[in-house]
Amino acid sequence: MGAMTVAIDADVCVIGGGLAGMTSAIAAAEAGASVRLLSHKKSTLRQASGLIDLLGYTPAGEIVADPFDAMATLPDHHLYQRIGEQAVHDGFDLFDAVVGESYSGDHTAANALVPTYGGRIKPTARYPTMTAAGLASDRSPVLFVGFERLTAFDAPYVSASLSSDGMPAPTRGVTISAPGSHRPDTRLHRLVHALDVNESVSTSTGSQPIRDALARRIEPHLESAQRVGLPALLGLENAPDVRRDLERLLGVDVFELPMGPPSIPGQRLEHQYLDALDDAGVFRTTGNPVVAFDADAGRIQRVYIDRNGSRVPYTASQFVLATGGLVGKGLASDRTALSEPVFGCHVPHPADRAEWYGDDPHTDQPFARFGVAVDRSLKPCDDSETPEYDNLRAAGGVLGGTDVTMELSASGRSLASGVRAGRLAGERSN
Amino acid sequence: MDTKTEVLVIGGGSTGCGIARDLAMRGVAVTLVERGTLTDGTTGRMHGLLHSGGRYAVSDQESAAECITENRILREIAHHCVEPTGGLFVSKPGDSEEYFERKLSGCAACDIPTERLSGEQARAVEPYLAHDVERAIRVPDAAIDPFRLCVANAAAAREHGARIETHAEVTDLLLDGDRVVGVELAHENDTGQSVPTERIEAEHVVNATGAWAGQIGAMAGVDIAVRPSKGAMTVMNCRQVDTVINRCRPKGDADIIVPHETACILGTTDVEVDDPDDVPESQWEVESMIETLSELVPILDGARTLRSFWGVRPLYEPPETKTSDPTDITRQFFLLDHADRDGLAGLTSIVGGKLTTYRLMAERISDHICERLGVDAVCRTADVALPGSDNPMRLEDAMASFDLRSPIARRSIQRLGSRSSSVLSIDEPNPVICSCEAVTRAEVEDALSEVGTDLNAVRIRTRASMGNCQGCFCAHRMAALLHPDHTVETVRSSLDALYEERWRGQRHALWGEQLSQAMLTRFLHATTMNRAHSQTASSESIAFERFDGGDDRGD
Repeated sequence: MGAMTVAIDADVCVIGGGLAGMTSAIAAAEAGASVRLLSHKKSTLRQASGLIDLLGYTPAGEIVADPFDAMATLPDHHLYQRIGEQAVHDGFDLFDAVVGESYSGDHTAANALVPTYGGRIKPTARYPTMTAAGLASDRSPVLFVGFERLTAFDAPYVSASLSSDGMPAPTRGVTISAPGSHRPDTRLHRLVHALDVNESVSTSTGSQPIRDALARRIEPHLESAQRVGLPALLGLENAPDVRRDLERLLGVDVFELPMGPPSIPGQRLEHQYLDALDDAGVFRTTGNPVVAFDADAGRIQRVYIDRNGSRVPYTASQFVLATGGLVGKGLASDRTALSEPVFGCHVPHPADRAEWYGDDPHTDQPFARFGVAVDRSLKPCDDSETPEYDNLRAAGGVLGGTDVTMELSASGRSLASGVRAGRLAGERSN
Repeated sequence: MDTKTEVLVIGGGSTGCGIARDLAMRGVAVTLVERGTLTDGTTGRMHGLLHSGGRYAVSDQESAAECITENRILREIAHHCVEPTGGLFVSKPGDSEEYFERKLSGCAACDIPTERLSGEQARAVEPYLAHDVERAIRVPDAAIDPFRLCVANAAAAREHGARIETHAEVTDLLLDGDRVVGVELAHENDTGQSVPTERIEAEHVVNATGAWAGQIGAMAGVDIAVRPSKGAMTVMNCRQVDTVINRCRPKGDADIIVPHETACILGTTDVEVDDPDDVPESQWEVESMIETLSELVPILDGARTLRSFWGVRPLYEPPETKTSDPTDITRQFFLLDHADRDGLAGLTSIVGGKLTTYRLMAERISDHICERLGVDAVCRTADVALPGSDNPMRLEDAMASFDLRSPIARRSIQRLGSRSSSVLSIDEPNPVICSCEAVTRAEVEDALSEVGTDLNAVRIRTRASMGNCQGCFCAHRMAALLHPDHTVETVRSSLDALYEERWRGQRHALWGEQLSQAMLTRFLHATTMNRAHSQTASSESIAFERFDGGDDRGD
């Protein structure tokens, strides 16, 4: 296809469909560009909790109450310092507009404290409204309810552990069997669906809607509890209805605790973002990897996706790389080296693999900081700090430099860099 | 606290547990003490090969003959620990044809059955063998689970009245003149703290600490010149081969692949070390194994590995031998009677040897001790099955009666053998705790009932957390089962100990998919669960009022 000329597909081409990529695409569209979003696999939002962290701990390990205050103390090389506080505000503004009433936390600059399914208290900047009644700083009594076969969430232990961490509310935990014949250890999505559509289930007192049956099983354990916390599986499409019904039936607040993969809150968030992409007029192409690209005079001309063995070109004037980090496969590695597989951008890392990791799994790990290095306009740079391509920017997990798992800043990084990269790309393409 | 026993065995590896079982079955009062969990030393850090003897058929026919005899015995008495995979010795271009023929005749001389295969026939057995494999010898090698085997020996010993004490470290040998009369112990409690010492008086003390034998000997002033030699092993995430693959050449590093449960284990290297507790874990060993074994099975290059671990061979040779290369040191075992050798009565050491012959070693040393004690009883360990292998359990029965789906039931029954009924017959639901290895809650709770709060001891008994995710999705589930019998602090420290142990081996597998897995694990444990910041544990440290107090909008 060498001599063939290919028409411009879109002004901006974003590669990667996670939080950063979707944020970039919306920001670029809002800047007036036409946007193509290419995503290969299911979004890593399915693996994330659905909580949107901005900055939970300082580099010294101190818990952060006000992330914008704490941001000023971050080292100069930190992404937030490099792209500026305004980018973080812009990222969260875009997020708040996308999620609307379904998330809380934008009423204050302070972090919220939410209980995790591991029984710890975690600082976060935005949390699903489904989780809002669970704040650890609230003093009203809580009953945690787990399900017999869902062993990842042990409600009595979570209760004891949170108390031991100083959660001020009186807490109890109880394990019940889920109504219906759904085994949450193997059929989590079926239980979620049954709650979503309020499926009829048979119980000892005849058949009844599953939300009623669930409330009936929880009720005998309520005692003085004013809040009930359940693992995050209360429906996908109709989650607010499930929560409202349970609250009405039980007469107390109900909240969810975000869980590990497959994350239901993460999937709800993904659906909202997909709607926002459609509203912004972003063209989406899903299910095929980018396998090649053309570059000329320091600029990316086009990328090719592989579709059933044939190469399909996507030409644009600006590109955003948002393929994720080690989990999302935006970074590849073998026994000898790390690489960024789409454009071959430089990924700084020690030559000796023994320096990729440390001995204590709980402390800072070099591999957790792996990723491309960027300049202040988010252009990936080579080993002499020169931008690799003039029209390529990077956002989200593919960025290196910071261990976001320890400071709890992964979502903030995606939002801030996503909005900045998308906006710059959109403006430059006009 | 002082207690008494007839024989005190130091070391909870296969040899020590085998001795405890043997003596207990002969009616001798035995106490076994182990400083960590059972199998913590060499037993739990080997490749899981049940030798046919083919490996030694040229160089050491006495060992080879012992191996094939014990191989046959263990298939009978420990069948729930053995997978009869068979083994192949394969030759590549350049490998000596003459050695191949000597291997065949050596096996014949040792009564090891063999079958000569062409390269094509060998590839029909194992399709991933390299195209240039020219010929192979089929031998009755097998895979054996050293954890299960060792624990079954300990359980049998206990059934016959033995006392088994883990997390009990010998701090001194008690001497009365030129006689060892017992040991002094430090016990470790659930949270890892040492509690008051115990003195155990014994008529005879057996030093079955393998690579650590010199340290015990030094407590009584006797010199035991163990020459510990480290070997690296790498765990692959699936079974590239279903047969044990050996390189057919005289000796060399990196020449064996053992299929094991869901994985393959690559082995090994052979480098002498000074201190068995301080083994340098060198990256070159892992690289060299993958590269060298890829010559036999090319898809190993680039395949996903889960972790690597290092074991220490308890090699020993009489001091006058002075062999320079550890690969030349004999794999024979030695019984050191310190009364004859050093004029110190009441102490016997056993060094050298290998897992395949653990039962024979135990028999020899038990014979020796019975003679010293004047006990007239014969060894029965070759004739009586171990717990778990004492009668067959039909898979179909188990699936029906235990409400388990077939793949899970199959794995559970394989692990538990004849103990399946007693472990799995519970009234409550029995959900899966570890999905990678299909380990159910009943199995974890059964293990917990034996070992207290040590989740690594649960791991070796059940395989929970030994699969692809290396504990990412199950370590916290295992730990939560400790509650409410144990405190939140104990749950956390047990979880951390398991998590740290899993991390140790994974560090050597951090590239490709396993590096992705490590990052996902980190996200789940550090970010989603927020387990990394332990300072939140002190209640006063969080100023709750400085955080978001909630948004009334939602109400």
